[in-house]
Parts: sequence; structure tokens; C-alpha cells
Amino acid sequence: MSFITGVGLTSFGKHDGSSSLDLMSKAAQAALDDAGLMRSEIDGILCGYSTVSPHIMLATVFAEHFGIRPSYAHAVQVGGATGLAMTMLAHHLVEAKVCRNVLVVAGENRLTGQSRDASIQALAQVGHPDYEVPLGPTIPAYYGLVASRYMHEYGVTEQDLAEFAVLMRAHACTHPGAQFHDRITVADVMASKPVAMPLKLLDCCPVSDGGAAFVISRERTGEAGVRIRGCAQAHTHQHVTAAPALSELGAEISIARTKEATGIAISDVRYAAIYDSFTITLAMLLEDLGLAGRGEAAARVRSGHFGRDGAMPLNTHGGLLSYGHCGVGGAMAHLVEAHLQMTGRASTRQVRDASIALLHGDGGVLSSHVSMFLERVA
Amino acid sequence: MSERLAGWTMGEQAIIFQTCSACGHVQYFHRAFCTACGESNPREQRASGKGTVYATSLVCRAATPETRAHVPYNIVLVDCAEGFRMMAHGEDGLAIGDSVVAGFKPFAGKLVPFFAKAK
Repeated sequence: MSFITGVGLTSFGKHDGSSSLDLMSKAAQAALDDAGLMRSEIDGILCGYSTVSPHIMLATVFAEHFGIRPSYAHAVQVGGATGLAMTMLAHHLVEAKVCRNVLVVAGENRLTGQSRDASIQALAQVGHPDYEVPLGPTIPAYYGLVASRYMHEYGVTEQDLAEFAVLMRAHACTHPGAQFHDRITVADVMASKPVAMPLKLLDCCPVSDGGAAFVISRERTGEAGVRIRGCAQAHTHQHVTAAPALSELGAEISIARTKEATGIAISDVRYAAIYDSFTITLAMLLEDLGLAGRGEAAARVRSGHFGRDGAMPLNTHGGLLSYGHCGVGGAMAHLVEAHLQMTGRASTRQVRDASIALLHGDGGVLSSHVSMFLERVA
Repeated sequence: MSERLAGWTMGEQAIIFQTCSACGHVQYFHRAFCTACGESNPREQRASGKGTVYATSLVCRAATPETRAHVPYNIVLVDCAEGFRMMAHGEDGLAIGDSVVAGFKPFAGKLVPFFAKAK
């Protein structure tokens, strides 16, 4: 059994003058404070990567900088799925009694540490170096391709996708740490600059500075307990050219494995924390995971289903689309928010019941998937 | 090892794919082995250039000066007649399901496959 005993999250947006290590440290300190643990009690460190400050041994660079001598440490790289992949590994390390308290941390000054072009260019390299990258695609183009096909097969429209951007922005408006606080409409999304059609600027997450961290422990340290019930992964391909059919993508495989491992059904889930790098990502994942029928996710947004007071509150902090995306820490914010909701600490964003949460992360171009169920324990 | 045929990734006006001599598996990314059964030396062949559009995305925001000079450009995934999928450029306005045929165009200092609607 493992518990998430503490969470830490910086605001996302511009952190002028902060390095990746600064942002990691800030989030890590907040997570330790939240867990009520001291540095000497952390015996495992897992960290993500930084595109601004790449290093072959980032976990020990961070451990030395932060002041921890762990018995287990390394970095993990699975693109956008890294945060949940680290959480899954921490869960297993704790269950296998390799560690008592694992600090999972990521942070990056992706917005102020490099140009937007440099970020876009660095990320486009997830494409095949010989068969894709020379064609000049970008990450939005990889997802634009998937979007065009998904819209074709399931009758989803650009207006449907825009609903997800509007919802995430509405949620971000209620969180002081979010990068964006201006409300937007479907018309605003439709009128925003074309990036990689059918995706427009407001269909895409921003580039942000920020950091996030949590502590995964063998024993509870506070009154409110959040337990990792189970998790699973699926990896079907790396490059979009080699992706399987839409009906065979990894999200369906990883959620099926997670349901089987835990005995939890989608009907048991009360809160959803789902990866949303683009509006199409969120639409597809909601439907792949069974949180909406095929082609029906947008209608559920319109009916309020995924709002704070709806039946399935979703990314109440604003998600990658509007809280922001600082790399690995971006999707870790989803878990931080889920934890706050599950422990009744989400202030004005608090939902009625977050007793069981479903988390899902995606890396690459729907290449790597991690699904996870969290459960509140009294 | 049989000699590698030069395709567009090596500067030639050709699309090359591989077929496993043992299990018949078809693959597009060049490898020294079959990804389905591991047999070495899959047979290299030149594709006909005929295919069907699987997906499209018109890139309007590029990240480098070389690619920015070409915006907007249409990135397409094409299901080729020989049974593999490839990424390429395509004419504006191509729709999913269109029958297409490959040509080649210069792009950002390289020759890249460019699909147009079959006549």
C-alpha cells in the first residue's frame, strides 16, 4: 500500500530569473511541508527532465542541490506521461519496501529560459529524425493529424473541440496560480490564430515556467489519507506514422489493465484528472477512458457534466490548456489538484465528492499512457 | 546484407519500403530486420507512390526560419497501396479518403514527398 502524503505546486506562467532547479526546489519544499516530513526522511528521489537544462543525471543534481542523500534516485522520461509514470514507480518502490518516502519532482523554466521557437523545435524532435522531422511538423501538427482523423471517424467538429478550451479556461479563472485568467468563448477559440489545422492557438496548451512535486509514502503522515489504489501503462508506438488505429490506442489498454488490477469501475469515479495538451487530446482521452461515449464528450461539457458542480468534475485547476504546461510538472499539477480535492482543501474550487479519482497521462503522440486510481481513506 | 535502396530520406526521388522474406510483414522505417518476426535483411522495394489520405494537418505556425518560409504547408499521412503508412506533404485541400499519387518537392533544403489528388 502507498499513500500520497504531500503535494506542492508553484504558480505557472512567468518566473523570471528562476532556473529549473529553483522551480523544482520550490515545489519540493512545498510537498515536504505538506507531508510534514524532513529532508532526512526522504530516501527516494524520482525527477523528470528539463528541456532547458538537460543533464544525464538530473536526479542527483537535484538531490545535491536540495540537500538529500537518497538510497534510490534517477530521472524518468516518458514525455507528458512522466509525472504519472514516476508516481507509479514510486508506488511500486514503496510497496516493495525499497523506499519509505519517495519525492517525485519536476520543474522547468520553459517559458523564460528559452524562446518559444526553441521549445516548439525541441518538442518536435519526438518525431522520427529521418521520416518525419525533415517534413517540418510540430507537436501541434502531430496532434492535428490525429484530430483530423478523429473528427472524420466520429463526427466531432472544431466547435466541439473548442468547448474543452472554454471549460479549462473557466476552471483556471478560479485558481490564483493559473497562467490565464481571462474568460474565453467558443467564438474566441474559433477565431484564434491557426497553428496546425484543425488546431488553433486556443486549442493548444501554452509554454510555461513552473514546478510540481509530491511525496509517496509507506505510511500516512496526516489526517487525510490518499491512497494509490492501482495503476497501469501501455505503450503502442512512438511516432504518429506508426500509431495503431484510433480504436487500438494505449489509453484503452492502460485503463482496462487498471480497472482489472483494482476492481474499480468508471462508474465508481468521482473526479477526473486527464491529460489535456490539446483540446483533441482531452476529447479523445475522455472517450477512450470511458468517461464519455464516442463523439459525445463535447456534449457532456456543454451540459455541465465536467464542471465543478457536475457529475464528473475534470481538471478543476484549469489543466495544461489554462493552468499551463511547464513540461513534466504540467501534468503533475493534475495530481496535485486531485489531492487537494480529495483532502477537502480546494477552497472555492472544492467539489462535493472526490472520494475516488481517475488520473491519466499521455506522452509523445498518444504513444505512452499511464492510468491510475486514487482513493481517499478515512 | 542486401544493398540499401536510396529513397527520399537519402536525397533520391523515390519512396522505399521493406517486405520481410520470411513472414511477409511490410514496414516503412528502414531497419536491418523485420519488426514482426526478427528475420534479417527485409527486401527493399520502390513504392508505386499511390495511396489514400489517412489524415491531414495544415501547418500555419512553424518553428524554424527555413520551415517558416513555406507556411502554410499541408502535412499528410498516406496509406500507401503497398500496405504501409507514411508522412509527407500534400496539396492544399486534400481530404481524408482522397486517392493520391506522390511527386517530390524541395522543402527546407531537402527533397520531400508531395502527394497530389490522383487524376
